Formats: sequence, structure tokens, C-alpha cells
Amino acid sequence: MSKLKVALFDFACCEGCQLQIYNLEEEILDLLELIQPVEWREAMSDQSDDYDVAIIEGSITRKEDEQRIKAIREKAKILIALGSCATTGGVNKLKNNFEMQDVRECVYGKDANMKHLDTYPTKAVNEVVKVNYMIHGCPTSIKEFSNIVRCLALGKEPNIPNYPVCVECKMNENVCRFEYDEICLGPITRAGCDAKCPSSGMWCFGCRGFVDKPNVNAAKDVMAEYGKTLDDLRGKMLLFGSKQEF
Amino acid sequence: MSKTVNVSVNHVTRVEGHGNIRLRASDGKVEHVAWQIPEAPRFFEAMVRGRSFEDIQTIVSRICGICSVTHSLAAIKGIEDAMGIEVSVQTDKLRILCHYGEQMESHSLHVGYLVAPDLLGQKSVIPLAESHPHVVKTVIRLHRLGNIWMEIIGGRMTHPITLKPGGFTTIPSEKKLRELKKVIEDAVPDLKILIEVVLSLADKLPNFERDTEYIALKHPDYYTFYHGDIASTDTDEQVPVQEFERVVNEYVSPQSTAKWCKWHRDSYAVGSLARFNLNAEQLLPMAVDTAKQFGLKKGACNPYLNNVAQVVECAQVAEHSLQLIDELLTKGLKAEKVKVEPKAGEGAGCVEAPRGILFHRYQFDKNGLCTKANICIPTGQNHANIQKDFEAFAPQIIDRDHDEIRLLLEMLVRSYDPCISCSTHFLNVEFV
Repeated sequence: MSKLKVALFDFACCEGCQLQIYNLEEEILDLLELIQPVEWREAMSDQSDDYDVAIIEGSITRKEDEQRIKAIREKAKILIALGSCATTGGVNKLKNNFEMQDVRECVYGKDANMKHLDTYPTKAVNEVVKVNYMIHGCPTSIKEFSNIVRCLALGKEPNIPNYPVCVECKMNENVCRFEYDEICLGPITRAGCDAKCPSSGMWCFGCRGFVDKPNVNAAKDVMAEYGKTLDDLRGKMLLFGSKQEF
Repeated sequence: MSKTVNVSVNHVTRVEGHGNIRLRASDGKVEHVAWQIPEAPRFFEAMVRGRSFEDIQTIVSRICGICSVTHSLAAIKGIEDAMGIEVSVQTDKLRILCHYGEQMESHSLHVGYLVAPDLLGQKSVIPLAESHPHVVKTVIRLHRLGNIWMEIIGGRMTHPITLKPGGFTTIPSEKKLRELKKVIEDAVPDLKILIEVVLSLADKLPNFERDTEYIALKHPDYYTFYHGDIASTDTDEQVPVQEFERVVNEYVSPQSTAKWCKWHRDSYAVGSLARFNLNAEQLLPMAVDTAKQFGLKKGACNPYLNNVAQVVECAQVAEHSLQLIDELLTKGLKAEKVKVEPKAGEGAGCVEAPRGILFHRYQFDKNGLCTKANICIPTGQNHANIQKDFEAFAPQIIDRDHDEIRLLLEMLVRSYDPCISCSTHFLNVEFV
């Protein structure tokens, strides 16, 4: 069986989801039995234009990046968005709450208008090119990454959870964050993270994006039960899913 | 016959983030050499405005995957400084412990996965898995150690969850701490293997020295990554973290238009070698012994030796962590209730990232919403120093062949363990 040729490309992000690949530790050696990495700048000096799968980390924030991602899309048979910055825009979308000129001036002061600082409102990868699979999360789950890559290498369809974080949170026997008078995005956020944040005493901030059909009415009921409104929920949503319709 | 050399590297590999190298020379004379940053700026300082103090560490942790604990802690210290929050001794020790996990993880990844291929003549760690399986497996085990370490204290290996202003959302059980102690103790033989491997390859590190200013935190009592004042090898004066702008002096270089940093000279270096050069006498025995094996002494000014200093620091954080765990277990861990009432104020926080000193400053209104932020990252501070190293080193190697020049310059960049995603203050310049 010929190995699947895989290339990884990064755009605006923290590269933490690439780091999660290193964090597979020994399992990387197993994956190398199934795939052949042909380009991965953070790990390798090799470069290649010949790949079956392109894994994209990061958001699109500049015109030049848009050209680059389109060229990659043309070469790749399968394109995977890796991590929140790529799947939803992630924290990078916080920028979209402001005027771009204001954002530039805030960080670069009097140099704000230099041409190379040009930036436009953050886009998730699927706002620019067609995405075949999404590996959600900030950071991504290493188990999910490994599972999806194995499935693709073996020609199987990966199973990506489409139920809310609450399901996994309950399985971890956590006390609901609403009981602590916090606002948690667990009821509408896609599971697959093993409810890591609520299990560590933190509310879910929705880094994996919404389930396909978030149950807005149920979320409304939960909010009402704890004396909160949907606007409170929207306020929290800004962190990782800026202005997602709800 | 005139000989022209043109080295152009777009997106240097095996570093975090995007950097370019440009070199042009003819007849043995370097006409132009530059280190450029084409990373997409992400504007974190603008994005945190209007966000609650409770969300800041979650956001700024995302500046960098590999320094996420450091960014979280620098932000939390800045918030605590702004709001006058004191934390318990237990919180302090657990934070330092968590941060040491990041040092171990980052240093082992850098030395083992990113630098070792250069020293063994390979393009990546992947062929090393076949040619040097023993080395790769040792590095994997040390890297995993750092991750387990961060996960036990921080709740997750990348982007910690439990760290928050005032303390922790949840603390590890004593059982977990004992487990951590055991995995660190069990890793000592692996550390020794790493030391031996790097020692056997140390002669492959280029012999290039350039005297420069080194800047790091300094504490009177111990080799610090977390507490203390800002110190420099150029002066006895120590500057409180609250006045960090006096040290970093960010400026726009007329030569490059990139924001650089300088204090007493036209550039300075931060990172493991800077910390070593300022605080070596405070190292614990295993680290002292490691430095001795390499012959690394205070005053070292070969930038490639930063990789050696990273190995020394792996020994240091392992040994100091065992002490901290013993102290915590002797005292017994107590769940502490943390409730922070927001108030208006301004404050600064500083922590040593694996790749050098990191500063955060925040301003909050009375509701605890952020009104202003300033973040000054280690690689930004090293930028000018990398450029100055290029200018000094390029003429020394200009008679070598193209590929060797390219490799030596790439290795020089890698030795700083740059983390370019921490891109807040980077500009994107193209010269040649």
C-alpha cells in the first residue's frame, strides 16, 4: 500500500496544533507507517508540491495568504482545517470586533499605515476555499487528530462528534459550571475534547465551534433557569466564535 | 573572476513561526545580510481590549502554543499587579512547578527535534527515528515528561486551563504530585543520555563568538524563571519589572523598519544563555555538573551555545522541581477559594519563557475590563541580536559554499529557539 502524502501548512496561529502532533510522542512513529510527511516547516527542511492531503493550521488574515491557500487547495486532493483558527477563525476573530485601522494603530502606533501591516478581518479557512474535514479545538485533541489521519490513510470516513460537550462533561461526573454561577458554552459546543476545561474547573469557552444544530431553545431554558439571558451567552461566545449567528 | 553569493531562504524551517534569511556578497565581500519576519501579525494587544480580566489568560495563551504557560503566567501576574492581588505560597510554588514543565517540554523539543538533525546531518527528526532510534526515543520520553508535568498542574499539555488570577481553578491531588515526582526522578537517566548525546555532538556547533549584552530575570536567592528584577550583563543596576519599558526600548530601525529592542548597546540577547550568564552561580548540583561537562562558563558569547544552556536548564528544572514537590507535600496541599473582585488599575508581569524574558502590561477599568495592553516578547528582543550576529558571522564564512553558508545561518537562527508566532511586535519587511 502506498503511503498517503501529507503536507502541513501554517497561517496566522500560535502553532499549538502542530505542537499537538509532536505531543503524540511515540504514536507519531506509528502514524509514519501510514503516511509520508512531505512538507512540515516546523519539523522538516523538506519541501514538496506533490501531496494528497494538505493540513491547514491557522486563519486567513491577509490578501497574500488567500492566494497561498488557493494554490494549496488546487494541489491537494483532501484539505483538512486543523484547530480553531482554521475551523472557525478562533481567537483571531476577536480582531473583527474592531475597525482594522484601529487595530493597526493600537499595536503599531505611528507605523500603522505601513503597507506590510495590511490586515483584513480574520477568515476561517472554509470562508476562502473548500474544506473536506475539520479537526476542531484550541488546541486540537491529539486522539482526534490521530483517528482522523488513520481513517483517511485507510480510506474510511472519520466519525466526528456531533453532540454537545455536556455529554462528555456528564461522563466525567463534573458538577455543572452553571451551579457555580458561571456561563458555560458546553450545551451548544461540539464535543470531542473530553470536556477538558469543565473537568479542570473552568467553563467551556466553545473553542470547538457549535454542534451542527445547536438546541437554542434548550440553551435558553438553561440560561433562564440560572437567571441569565442569551445575550450573556453571546458575550461568552465572542472569545472563540466571534459573531457566529445564534 | 568575480564570485557572487546569493543566499535566500524563505520561511526558515524547524523554527516556530516564519522568518527569512537574505545574504548577498560578491568577491568575498558581504553587501547585504538580513533576518526578516514575514509572519502574519495577529494584533493581540488590540484584541484583548474590552475583554474581562477573567478571559485574558485564555486569550493571550494563544499567542504561542509552545510558550502558552509562560504567556498565561505573565498575563496573570500583570493582572494581579494591576488589581493588588496577593497569592499564597502554595499557588506560587505550583505555578513555578507548572512553568518548569514547559521549560522541559520546550527545551527537549528544541534540542531533540529541531537542532539535533543539523548536528547529525539530516533534514528532520524523521530519518533520525531510523538512524538513531535510541536518541529519538529518549527525546520523546523527555518531551512527554514535560507534557505530563504541565497536564498534572495546568490541566492540559498545550494551553493551560487551571491557571487564573488569584490562584488555580483546581489543584492537583497529593497523589498526583507524588506521581509527578516519580516520573521526574525516573527521567534522570534519560536526561543523562540527552547530555551525553549533545556532548558527543558539541564539536559540530560552529565556533563563533560575538560579545553582546545579555538580559534576564535575577533573584537574590535562586536561579529564577519567575520572580525577581531585570538584570543585564552590562550593568549592576537591576530594574523592577514594572519599569520594563526602560529596558526594552523598542524602536524602529532606519535600516529595516522592524521594531527592535536595545538597552546599553545596539542589541541584546535573551534566553537560556542569557539566564546562564547572569545566574550560573545559583544553579543546583546536577545543572552545575552538566555545565562543567560542556565547559560552559559565565561570559560565554557563542550564540550556538544557547542550545547547551538549554540542556543545562533541563537538569536545573528537574532538580528544582523535586525540591518544590517535597516542600509542597511536606506542608500538605490545601484547596484554596479564589474570588477576585475586579478593580481599576495598571500592572506588569514578567516571566522567563524557554526562549527568553517576556513582559506583559495591562490596564483595567473598574469593572475589570481591559482598556490597554502591551506585550513584549523574547524573540522580538532577540531580533536585533540575530541581525548583528549575521553581520559579524557572514564575513567569516563567506568563502564557504552556498549550502554551507545557508546551513550555518539557519543554525544560527535556530540556536535562538525563535518563536515568531509571538508576533505582536513584528513587522513584515522585504528588502532584497
